Amino acid sequence: MAKIQFLLNNRSINAELPSGTTVLDFVRYNQHLVGTKIGCREGDCGACTVLVGEIRDDRLFYQSMTSCLMPLGNAHGKHIVTVEGLNMENLTPVQQAIVDEGGTQCGFCTVGFVVSLSGFTLSQKEHNYENAIAAIDGNICRCTGYKSLERAAAIITKQLAEKDTENSVEWLVEKGFIPDYFLTIKERLEALQSSVIEPSGEGQRVFMGGGTDLFVQRPEEMADSPLYHVFGQPSLTGIEEHKGYCYIGAASTAEDIQASPVMQAIFPNLRAHMKLVSSTPIRNMGTLAGNIVNASPIGDLTAFFLALDSSIVLNHFGQQREIKLRDFYLGYKKLDKATAENVETIYFKIPDKNSYFNFEKVCKRTHLDIASVNSACLVKVEKGVVKEAHLSAGGVAPIPKYLAKSSAALVGKKISPELLKEVELILQEEVAPISDARGTSDYKRLLLRQLFYAHFLTFFPKEIQLAELV
Amino acid sequence: MTKDIKQGIAKSMKNIDSANHVTGKSIYVDDIPVRVGTLYACAYGSPMAHGKIKNVDTKAAAEHAGVYSIITHKDIPGENQIGGIIQDEPLLAEGEVHFQGQPIVLVIAETEAIAHAAVKKIKVEIDPLPVIVDPREAFAKGELLSTPRTFSLGDTKKAFAKCAHVFEGQAESGGQEHLYIETQGAYAYPTEHGSVRISSSTQGPTQVQRATAKVLGLPMNKVEVDVTRLGGGFGGKEDQATPWGAMAALAAFVLQRPIKYVLHRMEDMKMTGKRNPYTSDYKIGLDKDLKIVALESTYYQNGGAAADLSPAILERTLFHLNNSYFIPNVQATANSCRTNLPPNTAFRGFGGPQGMFVIEAAIAHAAKELGVDAIDIQRKNLLAEGDEFPYGQIAEGCEAINCWDEAVERYDLEKIKKEVVAFNEKNTQFKKGLSLMPICFGISFTNTQMNNARALVHVYSDGSVGVSTGAIEMGQGVNTKMVQVAAEIFGLDPKRVKLESTNTTRVANTSPSAASATADLNGKALAIACNDILARLKKVAQDNLGHDEKTAIEIKHETVFANNKKTKLTWHELVQAAFMARVNLSAKGHYATPRINFDKTKEKGHPFAYHVYGTAITVATVDCVRGTYEFDCVKLVHDFGASMNRIIDLGQTEGGLVQGIGWMTMEELMYNKEGRLLSNALSTYKVPDIYAVPREIDVHFLNTDNPNLAIFRSKAVGEPPLMYGIGAYFAIRNAVESFNPKAKMAYSAPITPEKVLMGLYS
Ligand SMILES: Cc1cc2nc3c(=O)[nH]c(=O)nc-3n(C[C@H](O)[C@H](O)[C@H](O)COP(=O)(O)OP(=O)(O)OC[C@H]3O[C@@H](n4cnc5c(N)ncnc54)[C@H](O)[C@@H]3O)c2cc1C
Ligand code: FES
Ligand code: FES
Repeated sequence: MAKIQFLLNNRSINAELPSGTTVLDFVRYNQHLVGTKIGCREGDCGACTVLVGEIRDDRLFYQSMTSCLMPLGNAHGKHIVTVEGLNMENLTPVQQAIVDEGGTQCGFCTVGFVVSLSGFTLSQKEHNYENAIAAIDGNICRCTGYKSLERAAAIITKQLAEKDTENSVEWLVEKGFIPDYFLTIKERLEALQSSVIEPSGEGQRVFMGGGTDLFVQRPEEMADSPLYHVFGQPSLTGIEEHKGYCYIGAASTAEDIQASPVMQAIFPNLRAHMKLVSSTPIRNMGTLAGNIVNASPIGDLTAFFLALDSSIVLNHFGQQREIKLRDFYLGYKKLDKATAENVETIYFKIPDKNSYFNFEKVCKRTHLDIASVNSACLVKVEKGVVKEAHLSAGGVAPIPKYLAKSSAALVGKKISPELLKEVELILQEEVAPISDARGTSDYKRLLLRQLFYAHFLTFFPKEIQLAELV
Repeated sequence: MTKDIKQGIAKSMKNIDSANHVTGKSIYVDDIPVRVGTLYACAYGSPMAHGKIKNVDTKAAAEHAGVYSIITHKDIPGENQIGGIIQDEPLLAEGEVHFQGQPIVLVIAETEAIAHAAVKKIKVEIDPLPVIVDPREAFAKGELLSTPRTFSLGDTKKAFAKCAHVFEGQAESGGQEHLYIETQGAYAYPTEHGSVRISSSTQGPTQVQRATAKVLGLPMNKVEVDVTRLGGGFGGKEDQATPWGAMAALAAFVLQRPIKYVLHRMEDMKMTGKRNPYTSDYKIGLDKDLKIVALESTYYQNGGAAADLSPAILERTLFHLNNSYFIPNVQATANSCRTNLPPNTAFRGFGGPQGMFVIEAAIAHAAKELGVDAIDIQRKNLLAEGDEFPYGQIAEGCEAINCWDEAVERYDLEKIKKEVVAFNEKNTQFKKGLSLMPICFGISFTNTQMNNARALVHVYSDGSVGVSTGAIEMGQGVNTKMVQVAAEIFGLDPKRVKLESTNTTRVANTSPSAASATADLNGKALAIACNDILARLKKVAQDNLGHDEKTAIEIKHETVFANNKKTKLTWHELVQAAFMARVNLSAKGHYATPRINFDKTKEKGHPFAYHVYGTAITVATVDCVRGTYEFDCVKLVHDFGASMNRIIDLGQTEGGLVQGIGWMTMEELMYNKEGRLLSNALSTYKVPDIYAVPREIDVHFLNTDNPNLAIFRSKAVGEPPLMYGIGAYFAIRNAVESFNPKAKMAYSAPITPEKVLMGLYS
């Protein structure tokens, strides 16, 4: 049991509860707020979406999260908003737009869309149509075919054009997007003691990041495990540049990475790459450390950072050590890490101006899906000759694979279709994909080849032509 | 009877539930406040797909803290049987298991979490028996769920002899998980006099009632089933909601406690059946002018372990084997094959889409071999007025050519074609593909007996109206249409009309909400009931206004009109007067579709009240480096009759189309050889998300004049649009062939990125 304090809609919650109970179960079955629905309990449908508010840079800051994967411990010190906390006497403009456009049929997914789009109205991102759609990219609707929801999103976007971004909450209250109790939230959050929850209970400590892997893999164990909530811990977040290196706090979420000016400056296509990783609510929750430690052979962030030849900093009860990310994986889900060892930082050397970086991912469904194969590539090229190369791939081995031989085979050579074809042969020797729900091994080999070529077709569109490769 | 919506009341009415939906106030089974003493159920499903049960050890589960009871088939007071069409499905396995996930034991516990944890402690020993997952293998071994069916027209033998071109091949379409976002579930509690009441998420309340009564050994009047709404059904809750309702009721009855059983997503995916996968053979013959002269086809339906609705689905495959084309000579046989998968079941289209895919594949095959555009073959063979379907019905009010030509003109097909060609000439990494998909779908249950419905209407003394029908609201907007019917006939503000839950004590012996016919059947029954009351009220009005019997009374906008003249009498006053005069203000309506018939011994008749037509143009873009694809647009012309609610009908069209595209593209149901579902969660079974839908969907409402068999001439719209999705398959395929004209690709759906990439580089 842990002492947990947070705001749920307009109420203060002060409870002694296992910090690993999901917010979903808490709101539905403890607080009897049944507007929040259950579609999958795996973060994949968005029916359970809630808003999570906190204070960042002295402003209220809201993000959408899937409550089915969110432990109560991660709600500590936050403002949790369910649909009941958005309802007023009249429908909000978000609700009204969905009604007007016929964006609800059976209604079971609808609350999730309402909450996600309300989150969009609250967010500090630019209020354009693209971002409105991105806000609902984690919500599945089986009835409407989404067109009516797109139309509703367009209406809402239009209404937000006049939003006063300085006094966002006030403007939204005035226009009826959110109830007026939101005006009191900042003060009430400040008054909440947001100290870290101490793990309690017996047994092995579990580091709890966003919970997006833990609650999918071992949901039934979480309520009884002593959880060490690293999510959002100030000492583990923040993304900084220092002397040519980029340092990322291990508990930074995929969204933190995407929103980071430092990262955006290094990777001009960052947003497009990140769009391929899970969905908005999952990116708001899933941490980089969680992705790395989970050791899924198809972890996207892991593949991304492998190709940057990143290092990680680990901490074992105060004892720090460093290791190359590529040396971290010993075998299927086997890590060079003690159970109680914490990942603190991930850092990499910032590629120079002669470097090219690309990330590729193909799955059955382009978005919100796990890769059949993914791959990242960093090459430094001077006068047409490769000076440095780092290639990674997921889905082709029991571990997230740093393709050492293929990378080495590129170095010192002139970029040409012939070189790529040669290296592709080495590439195929380095991998051993298996057939599973994400594809046959033959497909994964072909796909790996294509993604490898795709990197170079992207880097050198003039020099390399598809027809010369296949 | 009212023929068209005259007053236009609420023609643009929003779904009556929408305000509750967006505020989260709508109640689904899991949201019903639980009664004191409620216990929770969870079923233990067979770990093996086929075998003899040797031993069931529930000791550890029973001893698990918080477990209240363990229920097996031995506790069933009545018959252990829930089969619908054929009595071949036990509620809880006994002796043998026939699919992975087949319920064997039911654990009842104080909380849902405890029930789930205890289920994991059950140990069942099973002697394995051979597992069949492939329908052709089942067929070869004589494992059939029902007698094969054969439809024939003309003489294919003679016709093939005269054909200029004959092509043979195979076509396969995969299964489809319904993925209603609300999982299956039921909440049951005992009531007085040894009865039970079940709140069920079912499309077929009567089916739940009938099966439960049998299982409990009760007469049907002691089992009450109530349905407020479903969080999606799509056919998946037509027959397959029954086991969960019956299990909850069984435990409630035996233990005399309220029991809730709402499935977790993975249980639902593992334990319930899907759209039937099909594998089929075709032989198509064309003359030198590309007229289709003959078709021979054999369908092997993967029925799963029990009949469920598969025999009826099989029939509909045959009804739609020619899609929207006239084929003078047909010989088609369909086999429902028993395999060791969960019993497959209804899914929007009900076997029709599976049949249509085969003829479309045959046409594409012929076009490719002949070096012509499939579009040319399709257009030449469209059904025309007076053409005969292979089952003997004559096409009346045929809109196939109208829809096609309207689509071609309205959307400028020639321009689209040119753009695709120009794009493909310019680009190497991306290719576009174009397809046209005409549809023709028959409306009515193919089982004639089911085409009837009832409605109960009360006009209360304050002028408000309560309506009960047998229709189930599952997102398709049927309740909204019912409100429209009552409001239209009574000349009322729709706000006066309340739709009650669907309940077997108010409306009995219902057909499930299925076959796109729910609004037609229940709407017509409701219209009869409303007109009954209206006739009585008109008499009261005549008396009240001092007019004679010949005076034409109408009620418009809540006011009585006599001979087209507005009177002072309002609806409210009229009802009051009727009430004081002891006039019956309630009525029950019963409707049975006229004219339809079908003789199964001859496989001929007139099974459908009418047909719905349409044509869709689809353009896809394939990324030839990565094997992924997107849809530029789907532009379609659909035969709505005279749509009574555009917003609902548009929603059904867009939603159906996208579901069809999902079936044809990314929704890949995968079982291994042991009959284990590999795509068993939303992380491995992918349905379209917002980025996966066509960038543009353009729906043109073709107003067609039709016999008054559709409610207010507004044609059924639930299922037909799904079949436009088949166009997505062929658009992608055409793009792949534009990159690699020699692509070796089976006619096998879904066309996943894997199949695309393998095709691009084959
Ligand atoms: C719907 C859905 C979609 C997804 N899509 C993708 C996708 O597209 N691509 C992808 O790569 N992944 C995806 N994932 C997986 C998951 O979101 C990511 O792996 C995420 O980065 C995990 O982070 P987390 O913080 O939520 O992990 P958690 O579940 O909190 O933790 C995962 C593991 O890491 C450990 N851990 C966490 N933080 C630390 C730390 N600081 N030090 C030591 N150990 C730690 C935990 O103890 C646990 O063992 C998806 C998941 C879901 C539910
Ligand atoms: S229930 Fe599906 S995302 Fe939470
Ligand atoms: S409205 Fe039914 S799932 Fe979206």
